[in-house]
Amino acid sequence: MIVSDLSTAGVSRRLGKGQLFLRTGPFISRIQTSIASIQSGIALLYAGFPVYDDAPFADFHVALERPPNLRRWFRPQVTFKFDGWAPFKPLPLNQAFAMFEWGMNWCVVNHAHRYLVLHAAVVERNGCAMIMPAPPGSGKSTLCAALVSSGWRLLSDELAVISLATAGLVPLPRPVGLKNQSIHVIHQRYPDATIGKAAHDTTKGTVAHMQPPAESIARQQEEARPAWVLFPKYTPGHALELQRYSKAQSLLKLVENAFNFTVLGKQAFDCLGQVIDDSDCFTLEYSSLDEAVSQLNALEIPAPCA
Amino acid sequence: MRVEKPLVVQVVNNIDLLFSLNLAQWDLFIRQARRANLLSRFSVTLRDQGRLDQVPEQVRTHLESECHLADQQKRVIEWEIGRIREALDTVDLPVIFLKGAAYVAADLPAATGRRFSDVDILVPKSRIREAEQALFLHGWFAEKLDPYDQQYYRTWMHEIPPLRHAQRRTVIDVHHAIVPETMRLHPDPEKLIADTYATGDDERLRVLAPADMVLHSAAHLFLDGEYQNALRDLVDLDQLLRHFSVQEGFWDALYRRSVELELSRPLYYTVCYLVKLLETPVPASLREKLQLDAPGGFAGFLMEKLFDEAVTIHHPSCSGRFSGIARWVLYVRGHYLRMPLYLLVPHLLRKAFMGNPETA
Repeated sequence: MIVSDLSTAGVSRRLGKGQLFLRTGPFISRIQTSIASIQSGIALLYAGFPVYDDAPFADFHVALERPPNLRRWFRPQVTFKFDGWAPFKPLPLNQAFAMFEWGMNWCVVNHAHRYLVLHAAVVERNGCAMIMPAPPGSGKSTLCAALVSSGWRLLSDELAVISLATAGLVPLPRPVGLKNQSIHVIHQRYPDATIGKAAHDTTKGTVAHMQPPAESIARQQEEARPAWVLFPKYTPGHALELQRYSKAQSLLKLVENAFNFTVLGKQAFDCLGQVIDDSDCFTLEYSSLDEAVSQLNALEIPAPCA
Repeated sequence: MRVEKPLVVQVVNNIDLLFSLNLAQWDLFIRQARRANLLSRFSVTLRDQGRLDQVPEQVRTHLESECHLADQQKRVIEWEIGRIREALDTVDLPVIFLKGAAYVAADLPAATGRRFSDVDILVPKSRIREAEQALFLHGWFAEKLDPYDQQYYRTWMHEIPPLRHAQRRTVIDVHHAIVPETMRLHPDPEKLIADTYATGDDERLRVLAPADMVLHSAAHLFLDGEYQNALRDLVDLDQLLRHFSVQEGFWDALYRRSVELELSRPLYYTVCYLVKLLETPVPASLREKLQLDAPGGFAGFLMEKLFDEAVTIHHPSCSGRFSGIARWVLYVRGHYLRMPLYLLVPHLLRKAFMGNPETA
């Protein structure tokens, strides 16, 4: 059963009772919320994801609630709870769906040390994965959304999950987060893309999420081999420039972007070493998404992945 | 009334029970154990027994994750132990580790997979300034506190404000006693320091004597006002007692010392709950002697009811109707034991009305 097999009311009813078990990549999350914007957001943006009415085991038990205080009446808020415990301060209610997404990321980052987890987008074609670590504002998510709308498979737009045993990339597809102008850009380029309701004035500006392609979800149990490490940078007016980047520098940048490098220590270092050994590393400066996408489509597959 | 013990407590007593759980029971176990701060301990124990591959795949994800966190903690603490030793060596002070760091330093079974956030050390009160300065020169700074909190710590508490390392972000709590200055009980720190022992060949790395280590943990558990980690603390005590009791004369020494340090009441509660919950093998002779320290009448009845609620796991699956109230009463009791009313009332009023500038 997938989310879209249920009616919107059916999704809301299950979420209200805390009986919606959602599978994303290797994880099952039991979600409880009575907040309408999250209920409709899940029905829309997670439409293609497997869902269970009753799973015996959930990796994460999460709830999003309105805190029972006076603010309820004049400035409503939302709290994210991990099995009854609130790890963050509440946010304004209009950011509820964004908070759900951030909370789901938090669950993985804090409890999945079986994997090496990087702050990076990951896309794949022909079984070969491209890891794109980049600071906020570099256009990573926009490029990721453009690639997955042009035939690449989405593994994740935010968290690269790497198996310590095989250095393979474990898919964790979820809605792609778009910020500010990129919401408009993606909407213009791909009119068929399903984009949820925007939340304004978050710490990251205006945020909206795009539904991932059905194929990415159908293949969410299928790992990919590392092939490219790409550091994208969007610079308005800049001509397309793809340059090889030193493997040593690339390794250091991956370390910087790892959430649990210090938790895993040497195992993380060895795993990243394997990823870098097997990958071609590049920087990409671009202003035109079309040019960037066709350049990346033309990349040669490195020998270890072929 | 809950007759059956929470799943996690049953597993503390018999870890083999895990292998008869179905997936739904595993789900509950992981949630309870995580909340009780015991999931790392169980995970590392299973790994050390070579049995991680016998658990269901979904479960293994979480147990392996906890093993990684426990390994990291061990690496970090072992490193910090060396750095603190270096710092205090410059002022010719040995380091006496307390609680979690002590279990790691002395390589005790209680250290297995134990998670903690701060390194606690004990320094003679007369040398606390020197210790603080030496740690400062090695990168540990007092966290920013408002002047009231600074003064509160320095005048009334048994420790100085926590020191955080500027680069590594590790936190040290420097104590000069094991209970606050203002408490009616006064376990003499000089006696504790006199009986410390070196954990290995290095005379400068020391921990409290076995009986004192137990009494410190007991005092911390039953005199403090916070009970989130009560079950974890009981598991520590269970492990310490099982480990030390093989030493000849340990139980007698423990009782004598509890009287000497004015800590026989918390030891009484500890033994009660260890026997009741964790089936710790405590000799009947000690239990009889400690019975003299039991609170009688209504007070005894009430404390038992309160602690029953407090030592369970603070998870919806374990909380009863009165858990919230019991925890609140014990929180107030913790403060009341800590300072006389003429100090406590102004302190709590200030906290209630001025708030904490950080959270306001």
